[in-house]
Amino acid sequence: MADSMFSSSASAKDSASSEIGSERTLYPYVTGTSVLGMKYKDGVIMAADMGGSYGSTLRYKSVERIKPIGKHSLLGASGEISDFQEILRYLDELILYDNMWDDGNSLGPKEVHNYLTRVMYNRRNKFNPLWNSLVLGGIKNGQKYLGTVNMIGTHYEDSHVATGFGNHLARPILRAEWREDLTFEEAVKLLEKCLLVLLYRDRSAINKFQIAKITEEGATIFPPYALKTFWGFAAFQNPTKGAEGSW
Amino acid sequence: MFRNQYDTDVTTWSPAGRLFQVEYAMEAVKQGSAAIGLRSSSHVALATVNKAASELSSHQRKIFKVDDHVGVAIAGLTADGRVLSRYLRSECINHAFVYEAPLPVSRLVVNLADKAQVCTQRSWKRPYGVGLLVAGLDESGPHLYYNCPSGNYFEYQAFAIGSRSQAAKTYLERAFESYNEFTREELIKDALFAIKQTLQWEKLTSSICTVAIVGVGEPFHILDQKAIQEALDDMEIGEEAATGEQSSGAMQEEDKGSEEDKGSEEAAPMDI
Amino acid sequence: MALRRDWVYENNGGTCVAIAGADYCVVAADMRLSVGYSILTRDHSKICELADKCVLASSGFQGDIKALHKNLAARHLIYQHQHNKQMSCPAMAQLLSNTLYYKRFFPYYAFNVLGGLDNEGKGCVFTYDAVGSYERVGYSAQGTGATLIMPVLDNQLKSPSPLLLPARDAVTPLSESEAVDLVKDVFASATERDIYTGDKLEIVVINAAATRREYIELRKD
Repeated sequence: MADSMFSSSASAKDSASSEIGSERTLYPYVTGTSVLGMKYKDGVIMAADMGGSYGSTLRYKSVERIKPIGKHSLLGASGEISDFQEILRYLDELILYDNMWDDGNSLGPKEVHNYLTRVMYNRRNKFNPLWNSLVLGGIKNGQKYLGTVNMIGTHYEDSHVATGFGNHLARPILRAEWREDLTFEEAVKLLEKCLLVLLYRDRSAINKFQIAKITEEGATIFPPYALKTFWGFAAFQNPTKGAEGSW
Repeated sequence: MFRNQYDTDVTTWSPAGRLFQVEYAMEAVKQGSAAIGLRSSSHVALATVNKAASELSSHQRKIFKVDDHVGVAIAGLTADGRVLSRYLRSECINHAFVYEAPLPVSRLVVNLADKAQVCTQRSWKRPYGVGLLVAGLDESGPHLYYNCPSGNYFEYQAFAIGSRSQAAKTYLERAFESYNEFTREELIKDALFAIKQTLQWEKLTSSICTVAIVGVGEPFHILDQKAIQEALDDMEIGEEAATGEQSSGAMQEEDKGSEEDKGSEEAAPMDI
Repeated sequence: MALRRDWVYENNGGTCVAIAGADYCVVAADMRLSVGYSILTRDHSKICELADKCVLASSGFQGDIKALHKNLAARHLIYQHQHNKQMSCPAMAQLLSNTLYYKRFFPYYAFNVLGGLDNEGKGCVFTYDAVGSYERVGYSAQGTGATLIMPVLDNQLKSPSPLLLPARDAVTPLSESEAVDLVKDVFASATERDIYTGDKLEIVVINAAATRREYIELRKD
């Protein structure tokens, strides 16, 4: 890149081809769609479907997009699946080195989220991003934590977060119905309501979900399951009725 | 010139399995003016004796703040102590930058010890000639560590280093068992009392000592002269009261006893 | 085709205002974080207390803003270790300028206002562009709502012309509480028309005695 920028003989084509020859993620290949996360009474709960899309093709149907990190955290990811799995390798190493001190200290969700933020931001500074939106939730010493980072390092904390389409479709529902003292059952119900809306309206969402929770006792990732759907609405069956000439 | 043929190179073993250069570095710690530290279940206090190099100069700094949750007191080569303090500070800043959380004291101390250890294993280096008392607070509570030039480190309830520190150690050994229940004021008072043991004839005044404290709800800071003077005044009142009850004799006896211990302190030097 | 590198930036919006008085300074920013037409969160602070008498408010790209704030905070820690005192506001102003210019050819997408008290205890405001050019002023607004707020401040605060010789004090004649009320009004107004400003207003008031924080709800639509 530097060469082509400073040598006068280099053409625009050269600079473009040197870009292609590099190992940068210029666009994502296999992607996951929205992840939802929220705090509830005993900790943090997260949900995501298990689809892996290759463009608009449903390429994988059993991608685990929520993983436990250390003793106190859960990580959910949307975006490039290979980049997410690379991030998991980074975090495995991070947690391993943390455990190797063997001194009773451990990284909590706040520390992991901050670390991830630095990783994502530094990669974008090198024009070599990890093409993901991440949700990190956890609880340590009674302190609940929920935050998110995207591929260029924008990050924030909130009581409920959602990536991608989730931010458009799920968060309005969460804003209306979320409470800090939600029980686990109520939290699952609320998430399922959001997931159903996403399933109906986000074409890359699939009907195979995983829900995960993290409490003071540790992380639990529940087995995949499907939601009951109803496609019999008149508007679904005949979408152009009463709106001829429009889509 | 040399004491023996194994005396020139840091990395050369003596047949008895000793590294003389490292041991000499440990001796440098004992030459420096005293530093002591003690810990309760909520606070750690550090105290040092200030020695001016000449009548015309002021004393050198012996206590350094590393971060809000850690500080060190040094004895030995002050210049080396400054360099190591700078290292500790940068470690803390870097950790805070990446994790937005304070670096656990136990990890800081291991990093420091590893840095000192490298100098005992490289022919072109020299061990640091400084001992550091590291006082800090983290998730697991308050901690007091002693780091020495050999690369060893130890955790203590209370400890003293530097010249005539044996007298302070003798005092601390007798008193440490109740330290866990001490308030911060009591801790400061005992720190000053331990410092007093290391002064032979000199009177303990607020100008010849530095005291620092860190604890729950209290970031590491060096006490100002006024606060030290108040603690000293309180002590004197306490001592006068004790004299009234004619128990001061016993106290002086104890002081004498501790001075005698000094001669027999030479254990295997590498132990510490 | 030219290389597209626009993805490295994002505008998360937000408005920052600072007003300097004779012995105080008010720094304020809204707490909305958005991208495009979506709101990411309604409770995100854009204000960073860098030193005892020095506060920075920034809008623009959140990732860059956070990196900038962390950088300055770390530099200030080092300064404290080396000088045994807090950095003054004018010194921090120069440091911020240098820090921004250091990335002249890959800038921090951050629009800053720095407020505090100077060495004489007078209120001071410094206003910046993204690459580090800066100026000491009596008041300033930056960010998405700046175009709505700045003319109102010009009208209400009637700062003396910077062309006057000898130079006149740029500090506003308002009292502290009048300045705080003005800030509340300009934010409430900007929120009406700027979709990137709203949700909540964070106000930091710095005076010789202390630094005080205050929160006011803004329109959430």
